[in-house]
Amino acid sequence: MALVQLSISALPVHVRTARLVASAVARRSGLPESALDEVRLAVGEACSRAVENHRTHCPQQPITVELREHIQSSPGPGRFEVTVLDRAPGAERPPGGGGVPTAALPYAEAGEVSGLSPDIGLAVISGLADQVDVEGSANGTTIRMSWPIGDQQPSETGTRTGEFSG
Amino acid sequence: MDLKLEHYTEDDTEIVVVEGEIDVYTAPRLRELLIDLVNQGRFHLVVDMEKVEFLDSTGLGVLVGGLKRVRAHDGTLDLVCKQERILKIFRITGLTKVFGIHDTVRDAIDNRKTQ
Repeated sequence: MALVQLSISALPVHVRTARLVASAVARRSGLPESALDEVRLAVGEACSRAVENHRTHCPQQPITVELREHIQSSPGPGRFEVTVLDRAPGAERPPGGGGVPTAALPYAEAGEVSGLSPDIGLAVISGLADQVDVEGSANGTTIRMSWPIGDQQPSETGTRTGEFSG
Repeated sequence: MDLKLEHYTEDDTEIVVVEGEIDVYTAPRLRELLIDLVNQGRFHLVVDMEKVEFLDSTGLGVLVGGLKRVRAHDGTLDLVCKQERILKIFRITGLTKVFGIHDTVRDAIDNRKTQ
């Protein structure tokens, strides 16, 4: 198993840094070209959430991004896994399945940069990653997402928790 | 690359040309421009995203915020985008049902005027 670990300050500009590194490591791991955009966007969403949470609760604490290439010994494709760990307190809600109903799009409080709730980021991640696991605790949140390595496209009937609505 | 913003007037519509990456770092600049245009009385906006290389949910939020502002003045905010990798996030979030998304600026303007 190959590992790249990144620790970033809770600054919006470093979300881009994490995206670039994730994209480069994913490419080197052999992820299909079609999945690189998905990795880039999903990692960006997870890091954006972490940065926002840290800026509110613990701006001095770093955010950890771990990029793993799992080489499985048994038959079957390996997986490329990204874990984003924040240290902001409060349990995280798990991502909902499927696209976000238009009528139910949550809006953030006035004054925030985004007009949408941070929960929209989880919905996007769910729609992009092949597998997503969100674990919240009083010590922070871990978002773990992965994609199969190989030439094949992700399975339409696999464990993907969100599907494109279009 | 960083975010580059330009805008010009065509007919009664303000065209905002966006180039580069719209993310949590750059989205505030787009938000400020959209707010400025609405404050100047420009209530029909078209955001040309053909040169956008990356868009995340923060960027989506800014576009939704702009749409809410122009609608408060009976205005419109349409998008121009043909890039599949950008359109994907609109589909995932269901926002294809909220925004008019067109192939060209001309299409966006003509479509609004025929409605």
